[in-house]
Amino acid sequence: MTMQQIKFYQTGTFTVGNRLLDADQRSVQANMERTNSLNSGHRACQGCGEALGARYAIDAAMRASNNQVIACNATGCLEVFSTPYPETSWQIPWIHSLFGNAAAVATGVAAAMKVKGRKDVRIIAQGGDGGTTDIGFGCLSGMFERNDDVLYICYDNQAYMNTGVQRSSATPPAARTATTMAIGAEPGNAFGQGKNLPLIAMAHGIPYVATASVAYLRDLEAKVSRAMTVRGARYIHILVPCPLGWGAAPHDTIKLARLAVETGLFPLFEAEHGEVTSSTKIRRRVPVEDYLKPQKRFAHLFGKTPAVSTLAHIQETADRNIRKYGLLEKHD
Amino acid sequence: MLKQTEGSHAIAECVALCRPEVICAYPITPQTHIVEGLGEMVKAGDLKHCEFINVESEFAALSVAIGASAAGARTYTATASQGLLFMAEAVYNAAGLGLPIVMTIGNRAIGAPINIWNDHTDSMSMRDAGWIQLYAETNQEAADLHIQAFRLAEELSMPVMVCVDGFILTHAYERLDIPTQEQVDAYLPPFEPRQVLDTNEPVSIGAMVGPEAFMEVRYLAHHKQMRALELIPRLSAEFRQVFGRDSGGLMRTYRAEDAETIVVALGSVNGTIKDVIDELRDEGCAIGAAAIISFRPFPSEALHELLSHAKRLVVIEKSLAVGIGGIVSHNLRMVLSGISLHAYTVVAGLGGRAITKASLRSLFERALRDELEPLTFLDLNQAAVNRELEREKAQRRSGPSAENILRDLAGGAL
Ligand SMILES: Cc1ncc(C[n+]2csc(CCOP(=O)(O)OP(=O)(O)O)c2C)c(N)n1
Ligand code: SF4
Ligand SMILES: [Mg+2]
Repeated sequence: MTMQQIKFYQTGTFTVGNRLLDADQRSVQANMERTNSLNSGHRACQGCGEALGARYAIDAAMRASNNQVIACNATGCLEVFSTPYPETSWQIPWIHSLFGNAAAVATGVAAAMKVKGRKDVRIIAQGGDGGTTDIGFGCLSGMFERNDDVLYICYDNQAYMNTGVQRSSATPPAARTATTMAIGAEPGNAFGQGKNLPLIAMAHGIPYVATASVAYLRDLEAKVSRAMTVRGARYIHILVPCPLGWGAAPHDTIKLARLAVETGLFPLFEAEHGEVTSSTKIRRRVPVEDYLKPQKRFAHLFGKTPAVSTLAHIQETADRNIRKYGLLEKHD
Repeated sequence: MLKQTEGSHAIAECVALCRPEVICAYPITPQTHIVEGLGEMVKAGDLKHCEFINVESEFAALSVAIGASAAGARTYTATASQGLLFMAEAVYNAAGLGLPIVMTIGNRAIGAPINIWNDHTDSMSMRDAGWIQLYAETNQEAADLHIQAFRLAEELSMPVMVCVDGFILTHAYERLDIPTQEQVDAYLPPFEPRQVLDTNEPVSIGAMVGPEAFMEVRYLAHHKQMRALELIPRLSAEFRQVFGRDSGGLMRTYRAEDAETIVVALGSVNGTIKDVIDELRDEGCAIGAAAIISFRPFPSEALHELLSHAKRLVVIEKSLAVGIGGIVSHNLRMVLSGISLHAYTVVAGLGGRAITKASLRSLFERALRDELEPLTFLDLNQAAVNRELEREKAQRRSGPSAENILRDLAGGAL
């Protein structure tokens, strides 16, 4: 009898292997029938969290809508790496107009579908953090305020990556970028600045807001699926590590995305009509150093003389998030 | 149906008769009455199957229009002045994507100094964005051009701007003929887009194009406008068949057949020009005019033909290319190749300054005697300018010119 040796891999620290689950409980990505909406062959860097996030999110949206999705993309890495003419990785109807108008273009597509009576077609707008929190913010806020029937997904890699890693209003404090150099008295990005877009989205009172991470596939898929059951303006903010911009190893993308959550720096939660309805508990809390150290954009914090007070400052942010969103499991 | 109505409202009624499916609106004087009129029709249920969206900026207005048009909806918006500049990036984008959006420009000056009155600086700033640009002479033509614009846009897959002089036309009440729904339906077939966002046939629109193909894409945009040179007169002729009147076309001449002097202008000022020409003709002067209706595409051949027998060209333009002079006249230079004549550029009516018959008459008289400078600023208050120049010479920190001149005028110094 011939024997074939099979290796079993544990995928991630706390995930249950898909093959051990019933078919209907498996993730969208585990299904051979998944749509591969963002197909292979695109030109993203190795280990690109944005490519991963977009594929996870759009495939989940496709499953939740019976494959009736139109996407409107802002300028940025996702747009550039997926479509240099005459190739395209998109298996869905997809339009790119400008850097700052994805939300408005989506409003227009949604209006066209409404007037044509195509209630079944669902509209997604997507962009990077720069296209979302900075230049596209006006259009995004307008779309939220009108409660247009659009799901906006922000792929947050915490800088303008496509133009060579410049600071955006989503760049975290102390991070080195091409425009927040790791020099001077306070190297890297300044403290006390930046926008928290999920909270701003909630302030519009829109029906659904969530944060997600590429390290938590099921959670991400569940949130996209949940968003697709709702009509009106919805917002999902996904943390997507960028190996190039963060100065991290391509194989560490998932690890870093998970550490961002486990430190408390990137809380995972859902909100409806402006109120937080759930948050994902941290099962193994880790100090912020564990997350920051593998990233060259924070290397200046760990020289011969570690930047103790800066690290403490970042740790305070994480601790505040943990308190604010109730991220630790209560053991009574 | 004949009725006494405001230019803006007539435009709104004609746009509504074109059965638009998505209209996006953002307020700016002097185009507000148009979108208000349309909004009212949608809200009252008179304009059915139409989404009216109040957006947060002009940039969003045209971006919403881009999305709606790419998804196959007949789409309309309107703006003016600062609003057109605020949407500039989307103006080029809509053209690049080949989306047949129709947009009214209620022509208005651009600040600073902020000014709400009419000139052509706004639409002229977008003349090379890839849109077709039509300039209406009268309110009847403004209304009619919108019906032709949808047809033109959709046949070519290219956006069209209908430029209408702010206040002079937009806010003027007069007797206008509003067509019937049957007439418009007979002229304008339903919108069948060339390329559309459709879940059954997924396409990627707006992909990146590198040096290997970009030139060709741009050339094709130009080529399409050259085709519009043939289409615009044909659509105007068809319009005549259905609606029984002349409107549109590339340009319209007036008493130009044997004219030695040709006056060229865009928009409503042509009415005043024609009155003055009538007077001068009565006195035996060989003077005529040409109103350019289609500024993009530019009717080069027709203008070349017209000017090849003329001795003088007087261009009256409501815009200023700071640092060189005229924009329209600059474009006309291209068609003057091989023609020898005296060409005069007259910048007139900036920021709403009235262009009177008296001023035009004395201007044309000087032109007929070849006493005009190559570049003239009609009715410029030279004393006010000189005073300000003196002030600037005397004092380095002489203050803001606009405010200084206003103070002089109010104080009766001039
Ligand atoms: C109006 C305008 N300004 C600037 C740019 C240049 N630009 C293109 S992509 C980009 C960065 C995109 O950053 P982000 O939105 O965070 O997406 P990422 O590339 O990081 O995924 C910038 C600045 C542009 N295309 N348009
Ligand atoms: S630069 Fe970053 S976001 Fe852009 S493709 Fe590379 S890894 Fe992805
Ligand atoms: Mg980014």
